Amino acid sequence: MKENAELRNEREFPSGRRGQGVGARLPRKEDDRLMRGRGQYVGDVRLAGLQDVAFVRSPLAHARIRGIHVPERYRGSVFTAADLVGIKPIRAVSGLPGFKISEQPVLATGKVRQVGELVAMCLAPTRAEAEDIAASVTLDLEELPAVTDMLKAREPGSVLVHEHWGDNVFLETNYEVDISTARDAPIKVTREISTARQCMSPLEGRGVVATFDKRLDQLTLHSAAQMPHITRSGLAECLGMEEGQIRVISPDVGGGFGHKGILLPEEVCLSWLTMRCGHPVRWIEDRREHLVASSNCREHHYKITVYADHDGSLRGIDCEATVDSGAYSSYPFSACLEAAQVASILPGPYKMPAYRCRTFSVATNKCPILPYRGVARTGVCFALELMLDLVAAEAGLEPGEVRLRNLVRPDQMPFDNITKKHFDSGDYPEAMRRALAAIDVDAIRARQKQGEANGRRIGVGVSIYCEQAAHGTSVYSGWGIPMVPGHEQASARLTPDGGLELRVGVHSHGQGMETTLAQVAHEILGVDVAKVRIILGDTAMTPYSTGTWGSRSMVMAGGAVATACRELGERARRIGAKLLQHDPASVVLQNGEVRGVNGSVSLKAIAHTWYRRPQDLPADVDPGGLEVTQGYKPVRDSGTFSYAAHAAVVAVDPDLGEVEILDYVIVEDGGVLVNPLVVDGQIYGGLAQGIGTALYEEMPFDASGQPLATTLADYLLPGPTEVPAARLDHMETPSPYTQFGVKGIGEGGAIAPPAAIANAVNDALRPLGVELMQSPITPHRIVTAVLAARAAQRSAA
Amino acid sequence: MKPAPFAYERPRDLDAALSMLAASGGSAKIIAGGQSLGPMLNLRLVQPELIVDIAGLAELKRAEVSGGELVLGALVTHADIEDGRTADVTRGAMRGVAANIAYRAVRNRGTIGGSLSHADPAADWISALAALGAWVTLRSLAGARTLAIEAFIVGALESALHAGEIVEAIHVPMRAASAHWGYAKSCRKTGEFAHAIGAALIDPTAASARVVIGAIDTAPIVVTNAAELFGGRIAADYKQRFDTRVADALLARAGIDDAAQRHIHVSVLKRAVQEAAA
Repeated sequence: MKENAELRNEREFPSGRRGQGVGARLPRKEDDRLMRGRGQYVGDVRLAGLQDVAFVRSPLAHARIRGIHVPERYRGSVFTAADLVGIKPIRAVSGLPGFKISEQPVLATGKVRQVGELVAMCLAPTRAEAEDIAASVTLDLEELPAVTDMLKAREPGSVLVHEHWGDNVFLETNYEVDISTARDAPIKVTREISTARQCMSPLEGRGVVATFDKRLDQLTLHSAAQMPHITRSGLAECLGMEEGQIRVISPDVGGGFGHKGILLPEEVCLSWLTMRCGHPVRWIEDRREHLVASSNCREHHYKITVYADHDGSLRGIDCEATVDSGAYSSYPFSACLEAAQVASILPGPYKMPAYRCRTFSVATNKCPILPYRGVARTGVCFALELMLDLVAAEAGLEPGEVRLRNLVRPDQMPFDNITKKHFDSGDYPEAMRRALAAIDVDAIRARQKQGEANGRRIGVGVSIYCEQAAHGTSVYSGWGIPMVPGHEQASARLTPDGGLELRVGVHSHGQGMETTLAQVAHEILGVDVAKVRIILGDTAMTPYSTGTWGSRSMVMAGGAVATACRELGERARRIGAKLLQHDPASVVLQNGEVRGVNGSVSLKAIAHTWYRRPQDLPADVDPGGLEVTQGYKPVRDSGTFSYAAHAAVVAVDPDLGEVEILDYVIVEDGGVLVNPLVVDGQIYGGLAQGIGTALYEEMPFDASGQPLATTLADYLLPGPTEVPAARLDHMETPSPYTQFGVKGIGEGGAIAPPAAIANAVNDALRPLGVELMQSPITPHRIVTAVLAARAAQRSAA
Repeated sequence: MKPAPFAYERPRDLDAALSMLAASGGSAKIIAGGQSLGPMLNLRLVQPELIVDIAGLAELKRAEVSGGELVLGALVTHADIEDGRTADVTRGAMRGVAANIAYRAVRNRGTIGGSLSHADPAADWISALAALGAWVTLRSLAGARTLAIEAFIVGALESALHAGEIVEAIHVPMRAASAHWGYAKSCRKTGEFAHAIGAALIDPTAASARVVIGAIDTAPIVVTNAAELFGGRIAADYKQRFDTRVADALLARAGIDDAAQRHIHVSVLKRAVQEAAA
């Protein structure tokens, strides 16, 4: 086996297709500004008269508010819930039966339910002065016992986060197919598995600049948001305003990952404040606010039993999954999206005849859990893939063999699995076979037999997942949450000089949409991508969309752009035919011009005609002209299924607990890739986050509900030296349901690494009797387990 | 995360700085590189009335070998040492330690005197310099005094500095030709605070050893006569004689109840001893 550095990009990347269309490996257009530090983020917005806001936040996890004392000199600069007359709390309801509703006041009323909950808003010319005011406000709080352990929170008699519920369960679900038939299986493995609470940590935090335009009677909210149209709907509900009175502008956004899809109480507060005080106001989230109060995710617990035959064939899975949803249901995804999804996606890409999964979304005195890249999939993949390694150990098989025996096969596509997920296409066993070959399991087994001179232990681990993406109306209508995606729209407009403007309601916060959507347009119209402008992130300038989430933008907005460009092309073709004095049936649009037997006319000339020389247009010209808005849905909206097999080799130091990733292979199938370079970037970024989940990131709480990682010195994120130069391999099985056969791939990179790395660590340590079933795998957890195993062996001896 | 209001002074010489500190009556904080104080100010963990910025004091930037020892002004940066811009009497020991402090950006600005004054248990210099047998000169308007590093570091984030006093210089003794050096630490990621540090200066010829276990919740454990750690005597076979049980007992006595934590500390110290013997 070679060391990591020598393995860098050994395999050729897909070369990409020629030109600028779908499949071309183009550098990102937006990088010219982003990489030169010329991006414009919310923090760069400057408005005359702008003042800053700092919040007074609850120092306690659970307390009754007896009083809020503002020093005399600051009255008028401090606002509390009592000032916010007519402002409604944030309500994110699910239509699933039994869901209990939480109301999140934008400023606390009555009691506080998490550390960091907003209690008062302080206004000053600068943030530092606003923080001085916030520091001078004293809270009279009656501390209540806090609920911080989701399993204890489920027990009768627990302290209640929302008293009127009678318990702490947002939602309980149960899904079963014949689990009793699995119970006589010869292999039965039961474990408890958990993933830590994490914090999403985009480079840019949240931020809001709010202002009100009296002439337009319109509130303008600049917000680092990935779903601006949904933010507007949520704001209108809380503020009691018409949607047309609100404009949400989301400029450049420095990473979203789900955090920026959520309607924030801060957004509601600042909207109210600017209307109250008549000048622009700003709040920029700092890193402590981000860690403590805002963007937690991922905290899952599984009690899981896997049944299998001696040959590793799965007979069934029986699982009870609990998710710590925190104190409130966040808008628009609700507090149950994460746990309830677990039930439907736990089987992953595997076939099995029996299945049962109960799920619990539990309220605790922590901040609301939000959907983070991969959402429930990362936890589910961790749980199931760790269990499959235990099945392999019981059966005496290589972990890879157990996967190959149970993965859905290409000849079964399209495939409906046991939870009725509809797999559109793919060859899962081939991805696993390629990953096993690339990581070279045999060579690692040989190296393990030899042992390491430095006392470290080597291990190899694999994992595989499927990523349902861009799922639409038929899936989300059943959830009954405030947002159900329907047709995605795009507007395409030829400018008088032959350029192309595309307006879309999705956003781009690292995805490279300004490049990839231009490539889609080029594929249809042949316009040079340099002449294609993508306009996004502004409710006043773009068609309505639920925005960018769920790995949907390329499938949905890409499809909409293609559809709109086709219609635009058709209109141009008819004008071009007239200019060429041809029958429209005899001309084609090709490479940016309309061609007939006698010659060709460019889109630029056609645009010039429509706008500047209408006297030359055909009599029956489409009066809609060269501006088109079209809606799009895939042929089937149950989602595209991309997937990847990950394989990791690690070296573990059992005495220090240190883990080094020696090699990492990803074999990914994202359908047809619009831009392989962008896809590689998505996978690398996701891998970094997955490594964080596996080895570093954890937001611990003490028994009173105090978050213990309040700076980046305590909350560890992987840096460049912790992320290996992974080797990527692409398969490209087209989706039968989408434009060009594309699939959503935005989240996949973050799903599989925790499972692959944990399996590799366990493979390294299994001969010592060590098994780690909890993320992150920290040095302390490894050494604790090693010492426990040594003690057990001593007492057995 | 903005600091509470404070006054700011940037004195031109050490006497002026000492006068400002004396006049402040203990409500001032000294800033040099600002690599620890900066974040603490922003988090409002410290709210001094006055910040005395000593970065302009040329007399604290000197580094010279004098009388068989290295004298480093408090403002010498980690990068100065890493890059070899200062003289060395430790045969590369200090350079090796400096090169692995945090990240290069921190090393560019962070100073050796600032690191010692901050007395973070996880910092490198308090452990490494204790093992090397270094001492510090502290100065106030009342005059100067000297303390061994192990006497200077009193506890976590706690030094023996009095109000109005400043670390002026660090004195590092010449490392004997026969003295072996080993330094190891365990960090969860590159540049992160260590969760275990082991330092060993072992001279089998002189039958002496100084051993330090650092990055614990209090001041480092400094064993100035470490024979007990090596079965009662220090000789050429010290690597084989290193007794992990004695190290473990030292850690237990220092109040570390968690067996896994002790095991990691002992393992790191063992690495340091092995490195010394290599």
